[in-house]
Amino acid sequence: MPNTSGQGKPVPSVVGWVHSTETGGTVDGPGLRYVLFLSGCPLRCRYCHNPDSWHMHDGHRETSDAVVAEIASYAPFLKRAHGGVTLSGGEPLVQPAFCRAVLHGAKALGLHTALDTSGFLGSHADDALLAETDLVLLDIKAFSEETYQSLTGAPLRPTLEFAERLAAMGKPIWLRYVLVPGLTDITAEIEGLAEFAAGLGTVERVDVLPYHDMGAYKWAQLSMAYPLADTQPPTPEEAERVREIFRAQGLTTH
Amino acid sequence: MNTAAMSLRSDTEQRATAEDPWRGFTPGTWQREINLRDFILGNVTPYEGEAGFLAGATERTAALWDKVSDLLRQERAAKGHVLDADTEMVSSITAHPAAYVDRDLEVIVGLQTDKPLKRAIMPFGGWRMVKTGLEAYGFTPSPRLKEVFPGLRKTHNDGVFDVYTDEVLRCRKSGLITGLPDAYGRGRIIGDYRRLTLYGADRLIADKRDQMGSLDVTVLDEAVLRLREEIAEQIRALEELKELGAIYGFDLSRPAATAREAVQWTYLAYLASIKEANGAAMSLGRVSSFLDIYIQRDMAEGTLTEAEAQELIDQFVIKLRMVRFLRTPEYDELFSGDPTWVTECLGGMALDGRPLVTRSSFRMLQTLHNLGPAPEPNLTVLWSERLPQGFKDFCAETSIKSSSVQYENDDLMRPYWGDDYGIACCVSAMRIGKQMQFFGARANLAKALLYAINDGRDEVSGDQVAPAFAPITDDVLDYDAVVERLLPMMEWLARVYMNALNAIHFMHDKYMYERLEMALHDRDVLRTMACGIAGLSVVADSLSAIRHARVTVVRDDRGLATDFRVEGDYPAFGNNDARVDDIAVWLVETFMGVLRKQKAYRDAVPTQSVLTITSNVVYGKKTGSTPDGRKAGEPFAPGANPMHGRDHKGALASMASVAKLPYEHAQDGISYTFTIVPSALGATEEERIANLTGMLDGYVGAGGHHINVNVFDKETLLHAMDHPELYPQLTIRVSGYAVNFVKLTREQQLDVINRTFHAKH
Repeated sequence: MPNTSGQGKPVPSVVGWVHSTETGGTVDGPGLRYVLFLSGCPLRCRYCHNPDSWHMHDGHRETSDAVVAEIASYAPFLKRAHGGVTLSGGEPLVQPAFCRAVLHGAKALGLHTALDTSGFLGSHADDALLAETDLVLLDIKAFSEETYQSLTGAPLRPTLEFAERLAAMGKPIWLRYVLVPGLTDITAEIEGLAEFAAGLGTVERVDVLPYHDMGAYKWAQLSMAYPLADTQPPTPEEAERVREIFRAQGLTTH
Repeated sequence: MNTAAMSLRSDTEQRATAEDPWRGFTPGTWQREINLRDFILGNVTPYEGEAGFLAGATERTAALWDKVSDLLRQERAAKGHVLDADTEMVSSITAHPAAYVDRDLEVIVGLQTDKPLKRAIMPFGGWRMVKTGLEAYGFTPSPRLKEVFPGLRKTHNDGVFDVYTDEVLRCRKSGLITGLPDAYGRGRIIGDYRRLTLYGADRLIADKRDQMGSLDVTVLDEAVLRLREEIAEQIRALEELKELGAIYGFDLSRPAATAREAVQWTYLAYLASIKEANGAAMSLGRVSSFLDIYIQRDMAEGTLTEAEAQELIDQFVIKLRMVRFLRTPEYDELFSGDPTWVTECLGGMALDGRPLVTRSSFRMLQTLHNLGPAPEPNLTVLWSERLPQGFKDFCAETSIKSSSVQYENDDLMRPYWGDDYGIACCVSAMRIGKQMQFFGARANLAKALLYAINDGRDEVSGDQVAPAFAPITDDVLDYDAVVERLLPMMEWLARVYMNALNAIHFMHDKYMYERLEMALHDRDVLRTMACGIAGLSVVADSLSAIRHARVTVVRDDRGLATDFRVEGDYPAFGNNDARVDDIAVWLVETFMGVLRKQKAYRDAVPTQSVLTITSNVVYGKKTGSTPDGRKAGEPFAPGANPMHGRDHKGALASMASVAKLPYEHAQDGISYTFTIVPSALGATEEERIANLTGMLDGYVGAGGHHINVNVFDKETLLHAMDHPELYPQLTIRVSGYAVNFVKLTREQQLDVINRTFHAKH
């Protein structure tokens, strides 16, 4: 049945591939979140903690109507908890039509919506999709083409273009930066990113996420060698030093 | 004004104060009749602000708490965590002389026995329990006591075993029904301790005499005679309460006239009750906002500062942290960590829409900051979406720091119990002074399911415990065939269970009547027969597995189903999946339905709880493998919780499943224990507070009844297991109460660690 409860034209139900659901997340947007992890990702980040969501068909098939119906059962709870719905992954923009249908359904329920993306597929997100999105959690993994390529196997440019497009639309952004010792702790790059982020004008906050190795076991389960086996998480002092770089640009940083 | 200045007030002034204890109060019906609710509603000052006004512990309090902490350290090191026990004196309201921790430091006084943390003996519930308890911890009961019990004085325990039927004995032995209060005090009665404070003992005695007069009727039948005898006993207990006051130098015949007296009076009334009753749960009720009225008045009169007000509450709480009963090792295995359930309710809303949050609600929570975390008193916040935000935030902040607070849904309970109810034990609501319950522990629903499959034979012993219904002979279990047998099994269980409870409470009223607690009640009280179930998520998941996966029976050479092979996935309780959640709801409704068919002693109204306390471990130990894939001996989930690790869709899904369980059919409470690691609650303290209050609003809005909130990392607990000395005050919420983690048995500790910790993906 098409979803007609929202504004504008009805959005038909779409089939998508879902990795898993986390109800009650608190770190992927404001308040308590219903987080839908979609499967499929074009990046191959060396520290990925969800390598089991790289391939779209690692997930299971769901219709957007079914997902929205499930979200509806949590809607009163999410509203009372000042939260909403976050699409994450994987990379949600591998499946833009599905994203749009779910975001539309969530908006129709009166919920706050967030899209957690690397921005690499930002061009997949058309204006209609972004109109259903209240907040973009933008994961900029590095700030030079060289570092980005070596970390993800993909170019940085599309992500920066997406960020600029969001800024031009006035779309709120939470910037996320995973701090990996020996990989993404280059001061000059971080300073460049901080300056870029401040210049966008719509970055509401920055989360510096210290690298952790809690995803390592998934690599083992998938019989893959974990590329960062020898990397240690950064010290709290190091994470704080990096946060200060963002704060120096006037950005609210956690 | 400091306390030294207070004591300089002239004798004349103090006499004047005592002569007019109700000065400044808004008049009302409460003056003509014993009516605490009317007094509170007419005089309470709701507080809608934030925690900024609170004071730290005074030097005196800090020094006293140091002394008590030292005693607690000695207690933890002692055999069985028992520091000392009385071997001579049968406890009563007036049995022991005045005793102190340090008289110069104590603002609120009174101890259970002649020494702090020394356990009293109360053999009227059962001599065996006292004797076993003493001997287990290295004490020898006086020969004098052995002469009296059981030879000269029969106890509650003796009475119950005189009348138990064979069926009841079989169910008790097999563990189908466990934790019955048939060997000690039943507890779960809340005396309205505030009555002594507001009215003084003389007025209460006069009221009881009037009640006696009202029972001067034409025909003295059994019911009237019983009540007349009980009221006579109640009057005697109130007289003894005055004597207890005199032992400590207070005149309890009159109402309390100052805040300090109000706290002291309330505590002495409570102390008297725990000097003669050793129920599993000896709850306090809802005293903070009542005491606040006295504190407000003294402050307005300029005789009390905030620091002094906090000192009164801190010192009151120190006393409540020292409540002890003598138990046995077997009891400890069931209800681990030496709980006393001194449950105190904070917050809630008045029926007229005002919050019943006062500054003293904050002060009570502040004790967890001033004195550090502790399991007792069992602080229970009656949560409503409409509570003032400042109070919600302080509750969340305190929970995050201490993991010592539980929350219960005031919006759900208020329509049932009004706005002056308290919580007995963990989740049992009752109108204070107007209602009591007959505590009924719980029946093992998972074992009942196995009996349905095994034609009434016990899967462990092989004994024919229940009637032999037609056995299931198929190898693959069929949902309809199992349910067809489960229904009559539940009917039979409800009947035997109610018979056991009727026997217990008949004998308890006869041999160990709670004179003082009932003296602080109205003449006619509503009684509930509080039954309960354990293993709800095990049975719901088992039936779900039978319906949605393929469950093959593995039989032993006795023909008993002792194991099950589960092939395929099945929806598990705790994931907000209607396919199994509806089964859980059906189980609750169905068992309540068969309980309602039973006739309960003294016209009690049957109710049930979904609560295990820590007995989920013992229940699991006594129960064979179940069709959900749980292996023999493994613990059940506590209370209404989903089984460990099966709730994989996150916190909201888990809460949503539990919130579906109908309170209407589980009016004795539905307990849910929630554990989250700090980082999963938010990045900053501010966010964690906002997210926790949001979560509580959401859970309460969804109709959830109760939630224990724990905020800590698994690593902390693992470290505490190996280094208990570093974590003397590490407090965790288990099922409906809090415990010192280091006092749990190793088995219980592992059970807690294996539960679902909600963390990030």
